[in-house]
Amino acid sequence: MTKKKLLGGLVVGTTGFFAFIIIATVVIVMTNIVAGGWSSLTKDFLLGSPEEGMTKGGIFPAIVGTFLLVLIMSIAGVPIGTITAIYLSEYASQKSILARMIRFAVNTLAGVPAIVFGLFGLGFFIQFVGTSVDGVLYNDGELHWGQPNILWASLTMALLTLPVVIVSVEEAIKTVPRELREASLALGATKWQTIRKVVIPNSITGILTGAILAVSRGAGEVAPILFTGAAYFLPHLPTGLSDQFMELGYHIYIMATQSPDVEATRGIQYATTLVLLILTFTLNFSAIFLRYKLRKRIIT
Amino acid sequence: MNTMMKKRFRLSEFLAEKLITATAFISFAFIVLIFIFVFRETLPIFSVPEAAITQEELGEQETYGDITLTDAEKASEKNEKSKAVNDEGASIKNLAGERWQPVSSKPKYGLSPLIIGSLKISLIAILFAGPIAIFAALFTAAFAPKWAKEILKPAIEILAGFPSVVIGFFALVVLATVVQDLLGLEYRLNAFVGGLALSLAVIPIIYTISEDAISAIPKSLTEASLALGATKWQTALKVILPAATPGIFAAILLGVGRAFGETMIVLMATGNAALLSANLFEPVRTMSATIGAEMAEVVFGETHYNVLFFIGSILFLFTFTLNAIAEIFVRQRLMKKFRGD
Repeated sequence: MTKKKLLGGLVVGTTGFFAFIIIATVVIVMTNIVAGGWSSLTKDFLLGSPEEGMTKGGIFPAIVGTFLLVLIMSIAGVPIGTITAIYLSEYASQKSILARMIRFAVNTLAGVPAIVFGLFGLGFFIQFVGTSVDGVLYNDGELHWGQPNILWASLTMALLTLPVVIVSVEEAIKTVPRELREASLALGATKWQTIRKVVIPNSITGILTGAILAVSRGAGEVAPILFTGAAYFLPHLPTGLSDQFMELGYHIYIMATQSPDVEATRGIQYATTLVLLILTFTLNFSAIFLRYKLRKRIIT
Repeated sequence: MNTMMKKRFRLSEFLAEKLITATAFISFAFIVLIFIFVFRETLPIFSVPEAAITQEELGEQETYGDITLTDAEKASEKNEKSKAVNDEGASIKNLAGERWQPVSSKPKYGLSPLIIGSLKISLIAILFAGPIAIFAALFTAAFAPKWAKEILKPAIEILAGFPSVVIGFFALVVLATVVQDLLGLEYRLNAFVGGLALSLAVIPIIYTISEDAISAIPKSLTEASLALGATKWQTALKVILPAATPGIFAAILLGVGRAFGETMIVLMATGNAALLSANLFEPVRTMSATIGAEMAEVVFGETHYNVLFFIGSILFLFTFTLNAIAEIFVRQRLMKKFRGD
């Protein structure tokens, strides 16, 4: 009997220990980055430009670049994701071949490595679409759209975050009570009217959650923009869609691995990492909060 | 008038449905486009024979990091070079080679060090992340008091929310030094550090899917076990774990897929030297990191460019297959198991 108890204690202890490792890791990483970056996180750092060969100054252009990236990404991706979710939950019969194809595509998109999206952005948006546009519109032998820029980077990122939006919106649409739809239909409204006036307004929280999660993901991914638009250093902020841009995650990567004196800029690297972390956390927690509110609706 | 109204409404209904369907189809269209455009750029490797490799005596030697070639390696390279003279346009043979030296005067596109590198890193990551995540999931489902769950769940969410570049940065700056000091390693950045850092990105995936699989087990199973006098831990090990096996297996597959495709962490934490070795404490260069590091520097349409796309296609196909297998496991095996077919 005591042997059994001992074994039981061992099992509980071991599994508990593994759980503890996860918690400890999270605490260690967070503490390290906050401790390393906090002191450099000043107003000048947030609102200044890099100076003296990126060894001093701030990260304002990278913050603006990240903001523009996720903005254009959302404008392209959120409507498409929302409409796809509406199709999947309202129009498609679950057995139809088209619905299956689309579900398969969404699952596949969610599993494609980020770097492959980067390759696709380069091969499709830049080399195919961009070069064709240059050939048709300008035809002066110079590159206008056939090179990395913020538009192609944003569209690549929109594709990567599409499954995030779709899954989140579909989940929200499922929580709209059947009775509401049926009441609308019984009053003589058509299907499209019901979707527009009943389903979508009642899924706004879910659409917002999806958009926030997508933005958080998009702000954190670096691999897709490595060669589709991010730049090492730019003296000016991007003024148009065909400009390159600086980005927070890319800035961390570049500063930590490619700058001439890596040790001297450690403070900047830590502070940039902290900014990115605060950004994604704020987004993730607001998404969790919205979801929590959404779940409460199901119960009441 | 009335019929007119009706007709107009029907038209808007029709248009709405068609437009929505067409928009939903965009996802599928892009999957097809990804297939086409990633593979399209690899085609020149196979169709156009590469220009004959000119013989040059030991010219430039590209090495990554501060690794220098040993004499044995130099000798083997000489052998290879003399062999290569007769190798006219053998680019596929070139791909199977043992050296990745894309920017030397006599470029070599041997993928084996990169493939081995990716496998090595993924293996290390799974060996760490698998047990930690699965046991933590079991702990959550079977033993954890409420307060522990309330700490663990947000911790997992936070871990999943870490951008990979942040994990890469932490590994590069902190983890690498700690590991080097603890184990007394020669190289600060190596496969072990990269794999360890990568496990941080893999843990949330394996944990979440394992936990899903465990909580999908019918209550009746665990209650029956407890009613028969089994203790909580016996139930956990002998009932819950076996019943959740297909789900856990799928979780590991998806974890491998993530580890294999992850770029930023390995790019920052592995040292990026394309060495063909079994040593876990030497620097490695993975397939994903190779694309990430070299694509920005490459000339469009060159063999190097096409080979990088070829590497991307392998990554794509590999993760695609893993995901497909994982899906089959979760969907079918789990269902069958509980229905008792």
